[in-house]
Amino acid sequence: MTISTIIASSAPRVQARTLSPQETHEIDHELTLYPDRRAVGLEALKIVQKHQGWVSDESLLAVAQYLGMSAHELDGVATFFNLIFRQPVGRNVMLFCDSVSCYIMGCERIKDHISARLGIDYGETTADGQYTLLPVPCLGDCDRAPVMLMAGEQHRNLTKEKIDALLTSVQQEQPNK
Amino acid sequence: MAKISVDGIEYEVNPANNLLQECLSQGLDLPYFCWHPCMGSVGACRQCAVKQYRNAEDKTGTVVMACMTPASDGSIISINDKQATDFRSHVIESLMISHPHDCPVCEEGGECHLQDMTQMSGHNYRRYDFKKVTHRNQDLGPFINHEMNRCIACYRCVRFYDDYAGGTDLAALGSHHHVYFGRHEEGTLENEFSGNLVEVCPTGVFTDKTFSAHYTRKWDLQTAPSICSGCGAGCNTTPGERYGTLRRIVNRYHHDLNGYFLCDRGRFGYDANNSRDRVGEALYRHAHTDGEPRKALSAIEGARQLDAMASGELIGIGSPRASLESNMALRQRVGPQNFFSGMGDAQLSCATEVISLLQEPGLNCPDIRSLELSDCVLVVNEDITNTSARMALALRQATRNAASAMAQDARIPLWQDAAVRELAQHSRSPLIILSPQGTRLDDVASDTFLGTVEQQIVFVQSVAHAIDANCPAPNCAPENGAQVTSVANALCAAKRPSIVSGLSAESLALIKATANLARALREYRHRHGAANPSVDLCFAMPEVNTMGLALLMKEGGGSLSSALSILRTGKADAAIVLENDLYRRASAEAVDAALASKTPLIVIDHLHNAFNAKAHLLLPAATMAEQGGTWVNYEARAQHSYQVFQPEGSTRAAYEWLVPNNPVRGPSVHGDALLQELAGESRSFAPLLELLSSRSGIAALMKSPRQSHRFSGRTAMHANVHVHETKQAQDPHSPLSFSMEGLLLQKDASLMSAAWAPAWNSNQAISKFQEEINGELKQGNKGVHLLARDGERGSYNKVEHAPEQGLAKYFIEHLFGSEEISAASPAIQARAVPAYACIGKGLAQSLGVHQHGLLRLCADRYSVELPVLIRDRIADQCVGIYCGGEVNRASLCGSVSIEAVAKDANVLASARAMFSHLVISDTLPREG
Amino acid sequence: MTDLPLTKNIDMSRAPFDIGQYRQAQGYDAVLRMFKDMAPSDVLAMVKDSGLKGRGGAGFPTGLKWSFVPSQEDSPKTKYLVVNADEMEPGTFKDRLLLEGDPHLLLEGMLIAAYTIQANTAYIFLRGEYLQAEKLLRAAIAQAHEQGLLGKNIQGSGFDLEIILHTSAGRYICGEETALLNALEGKRANPRAKPPFPQVSGLWGKPTIVNNVETLCNLPGILRYGVDWYKGLGKGGDAGTKLCGVSGRVNNPGCWELALGTPIRELLENKAGGMCAGYELRGFLPGGGSTDFLLPEHLDLTLDYDVIGKAGSRLATGTMIVLDDRTCPVGMVGNLMRFFSHESCGWCTPCRDGLPWVDEIFRRLESGGGRAEDLQILTEHLEYLGPGRTFCALAPGAMAPLGSALRHFREDFDAHIHSGACPWRK
Repeated sequence: MTISTIIASSAPRVQARTLSPQETHEIDHELTLYPDRRAVGLEALKIVQKHQGWVSDESLLAVAQYLGMSAHELDGVATFFNLIFRQPVGRNVMLFCDSVSCYIMGCERIKDHISARLGIDYGETTADGQYTLLPVPCLGDCDRAPVMLMAGEQHRNLTKEKIDALLTSVQQEQPNK
Repeated sequence: MAKISVDGIEYEVNPANNLLQECLSQGLDLPYFCWHPCMGSVGACRQCAVKQYRNAEDKTGTVVMACMTPASDGSIISINDKQATDFRSHVIESLMISHPHDCPVCEEGGECHLQDMTQMSGHNYRRYDFKKVTHRNQDLGPFINHEMNRCIACYRCVRFYDDYAGGTDLAALGSHHHVYFGRHEEGTLENEFSGNLVEVCPTGVFTDKTFSAHYTRKWDLQTAPSICSGCGAGCNTTPGERYGTLRRIVNRYHHDLNGYFLCDRGRFGYDANNSRDRVGEALYRHAHTDGEPRKALSAIEGARQLDAMASGELIGIGSPRASLESNMALRQRVGPQNFFSGMGDAQLSCATEVISLLQEPGLNCPDIRSLELSDCVLVVNEDITNTSARMALALRQATRNAASAMAQDARIPLWQDAAVRELAQHSRSPLIILSPQGTRLDDVASDTFLGTVEQQIVFVQSVAHAIDANCPAPNCAPENGAQVTSVANALCAAKRPSIVSGLSAESLALIKATANLARALREYRHRHGAANPSVDLCFAMPEVNTMGLALLMKEGGGSLSSALSILRTGKADAAIVLENDLYRRASAEAVDAALASKTPLIVIDHLHNAFNAKAHLLLPAATMAEQGGTWVNYEARAQHSYQVFQPEGSTRAAYEWLVPNNPVRGPSVHGDALLQELAGESRSFAPLLELLSSRSGIAALMKSPRQSHRFSGRTAMHANVHVHETKQAQDPHSPLSFSMEGLLLQKDASLMSAAWAPAWNSNQAISKFQEEINGELKQGNKGVHLLARDGERGSYNKVEHAPEQGLAKYFIEHLFGSEEISAASPAIQARAVPAYACIGKGLAQSLGVHQHGLLRLCADRYSVELPVLIRDRIADQCVGIYCGGEVNRASLCGSVSIEAVAKDANVLASARAMFSHLVISDTLPREG
Repeated sequence: MTDLPLTKNIDMSRAPFDIGQYRQAQGYDAVLRMFKDMAPSDVLAMVKDSGLKGRGGAGFPTGLKWSFVPSQEDSPKTKYLVVNADEMEPGTFKDRLLLEGDPHLLLEGMLIAAYTIQANTAYIFLRGEYLQAEKLLRAAIAQAHEQGLLGKNIQGSGFDLEIILHTSAGRYICGEETALLNALEGKRANPRAKPPFPQVSGLWGKPTIVNNVETLCNLPGILRYGVDWYKGLGKGGDAGTKLCGVSGRVNNPGCWELALGTPIRELLENKAGGMCAGYELRGFLPGGGSTDFLLPEHLDLTLDYDVIGKAGSRLATGTMIVLDDRTCPVGMVGNLMRFFSHESCGWCTPCRDGLPWVDEIFRRLESGGGRAEDLQILTEHLEYLGPGRTFCALAPGAMAPLGSALRHFREDFDAHIHSGACPWRK
């Protein structure tokens, strides 16, 4: 028998939020797939991120408590991986491939175009909260470089024109409030 | 044994170890960072690279990491090979890329492993000319500074804090060259061993915040070998002094006891020395002028006043926190028949019982290192993390023995730390904890039993009976027979079982029942032909000299209650109380009654307290660091501590006040004479002669300096007082001098005030003074065991205990706050909580009290209102009481009732704030 | 019989085969026969004989790797199969083709591997960004379950297998098999020391085999058509086929299944359609971002592990990245260095602190501030971050393109320094 223990201690600045039933439902499913609760840490963070857009301190604490692990350890995992967002991101996260094949195919010019149009550099979010631009390691679509992943969709053979068209269509689908 | 060749020279080494460890054992200089003798290898820093050759013909060789390569027989390696040295200089160069080079303002400067290794690895000129990576630092609480910019990412901090010490609130965060070692949010490091980060970190990321507050370079500290006064474990320490104040405490390696690590009470409790509450001068008022302020006396006047008052029918009350010398001096002064125990009666009877167990053949009192080797531990009642924390750290390691066994089966070397942990996963050697509440070792426990002291006694008796039917069964059967059987089976299956308890409960019945269990196990092991049928049994001692005083009391003398009744009835002409606050030992009612007789009261102590406020003559006593003394730990191991510095003014060792007629000549009175007499007088203390002779031989040779050879300002440090060069303080009776001159006595490493070796300015220099890494000190004196196993082979005790009247209760101990002296240290105070009561949910519901509300505890003639902590892991229907320095424990010893008290919002808020920095382990609240 | 065992079912212009279509194309036949006729040791012998080498990059013989899994009576009962589907090597896009093109082929390969080592649980460690593959794999696993090809007592064989899909959160180091295991356990994905190898103490300390997607996809063919057929597929020293890709300024970038031993020229000129008009070939990385540059003179070498090895590079993932004459080689290598520097896990010193220094120097070179000493420092790093010096193969992999670029394109580096600017940036 191993007893999980936590420490009632130095009042954390933030309190764990309550996970939604959907979140706990999905985490519970993951828990059935691994012999060790802590193995679900990353999956649970991704689940929370899927629903909340990012992993706030409150969410991190909630997941840590739910899994019975230390929030510090979980944050060690969260901050290790590229795709766990520990800061708020825009509604559309542009994962822009900046690796070698895209480089050869001129991705820097495309990136400069996006930056100029949206006024954001890597790691930044537009003031209206619409876009966040992040570099991502090779997306494995090198024969159709340059590429970018946005809102679950891979955008290939990018050109400035394609970027313009994409931004316009997003604007039409999700007009700013 | 295996033979390896290093740069053409052959060495005999242990093939079970890795090349780095063996090279260091041989005294070779090979730089390293991530490896640690107690934490094994992980191959992260790459600093210990050497060249390895396949055979004599191989002239090319391969660069390998010494820490990750077994020292197998026939290995041929080179430390000096060009490729290896080039690689090592590259490693150190890139480690220093983002280091701030702030050595002049860094607390670690001058004792920095990184400085040493940088020089050793040959990195002199900086080539990297880009921006450094910088980090934000965190406030990690009252003990530890955080300066992440100095970090070289060796991962030692998290490997110690999390993997070794079981901490959960320090982590490696981020990745690549942005890795960050800290908490996920700012806040106090919670683990009880956080202070070791200061010594484990090879540079100045984690430094001692209390030291920073009155910082001095290592080489300017005057130091001497000392003993920790925080509990009865007997950990070895090195306190450092400058300008008359104690500046810090660091670990002093003792192979059998503390090894490389101290607990935070031991490390940060020293500031009591510098407290404004110190008794600075002799204070006096006439016995018939109570209530008037006392007047200050000079040392000579104080001594004369003592002589004047201490006449006629004199009684003396000793102290478990005073040295053997001081207790002995008091005993001589008042006569053995008038010498009374300074500890409460219950505690004394428990300690006396433990003494007889320490002499019983077939039982073995494990030192702390031996505890680590146990493959099954049963803890009975004692909250060991809070009473004798260093032992708890050892028990945590003991649970890893299952992992070691698995690794051995899988042929994974034990120094392959990460691999061993990975293989073992959650497999742990049995650690069974019986306790009234959840403890900080529960996370590694294999089984726990939450029960009141009474229930534990029944449980222990049942286990003993299950192991050996000849051991009498308890009067009532426990409710959980299955658990009794499984605990019995675990103990019987072990190769090296240990039973650990202590005096916290002050229950003789508990100790007797525990001893019976050890005997039952001994019989079982004997019957089943165990190679060594003896059973490890030990009891944590609450104070640094509890065992010493208890041994002295075996030679005669009376109990505390009899002393109080003599005083109450006015049968004594005067009383001398040695380093003691009797309100912590007996009920306030009894103490007040004794004082009411107006018997002239002389108290010798170093901190003002409620009791010595009532003394007619209060004499300033030296603290642990200000005097030499002998202390007996839980194993009855007597160890000597040396005076670190001479206190100012009238303050002196209590025994110097007590030896008649010459107290003002201080230094000419020396403790050795008292020890000699004690040794001659009693068989128990005879081994002290050995301790004395180990020193006297050395004292005749050149003395060992308390000051480093770089000690600065010696002739000028009092220039603000007067410009004459002061004569060095003399110390004719100890092997140490108050000077820079002398010889670091490498022949007896235990006399080393601070380890130093050429090129090794950090604490890692200790390797140079060990027989082998993590082994015995070279000819180091380890103290002497006062008790031999020559007692009677005890038969089963009858365990007599009357069921408790009223509500069951237990007393809670906290590492920060329970011990009187360390509790006066500001850093410890910042971690301590005021007195509180603790109950379970069921009881809270029936009382109608809410979390952080108020409870009134009523004893016979005492009542107190305490904020309440409602927790999950607590025995049913009982109350835990944490007394802190405020609540009079002895007054609550009888039957107690509790009731809820209506409280206003302010009280509730302040209680909530108070609990916010309490560190306990409880069950995990699960959502949903 | 087919000579394209990996891609015969793949047509990216349509959805991949569902289980019905896959079985119609004789899919899972090999597995059914295996359950009926073969002991695990028979399969092991067959895979060993086939000469199959790991397709993840290192090229280690698969059968040999499997044979280290303890199979004695007293060995641990729990064993794991883990699929490395964390394709993240720069310029590599071959596993995506298999995952999106024929997910059941992978599942069939997994059944074979799991049966051989007697693992009852298998994890697919899939790159988090491969969203389409995730969807397809989930569907394929569900279909296999429905048809009794996964779960308890598969087809009455007494063998159980559950396949669990784990999606990662982006970290190149997870492609290193021991780092992958740490990630799967929910830990920071630092690599582990070897020994002990995962075959002995892997996932949760249990014997574990980690195989690449493409490696496993070779198995159904081997079992179905036999060792001789498989060996016969290879035209040179190596057995079987290999997915090979080309990216960069070529007319028809893409990924194809080729017999091992095919000349590189055929891949580049016939399959990829040669260089785009106006672009000349200057060199190429034959197997992803952590291989050494080869030059136009190497085009007639064959795609063989040994042949490419002898030429001073590695076949590795088989996905070729083409450097043209209008792309700055310093910029290209600098891009790779930035990638490797960022993807270092931060565990060992040379990689964690050496790669950022290399990266900084490249940024300076590209911005025109480079100095001659910078090249000296880069050269020193080749040994400092070389094989055996670091904890895992990430940094040595990074040094491959760097070292070969310094050898082959030294004049371009010098030009940056002398002209105080990148000659390609106008």
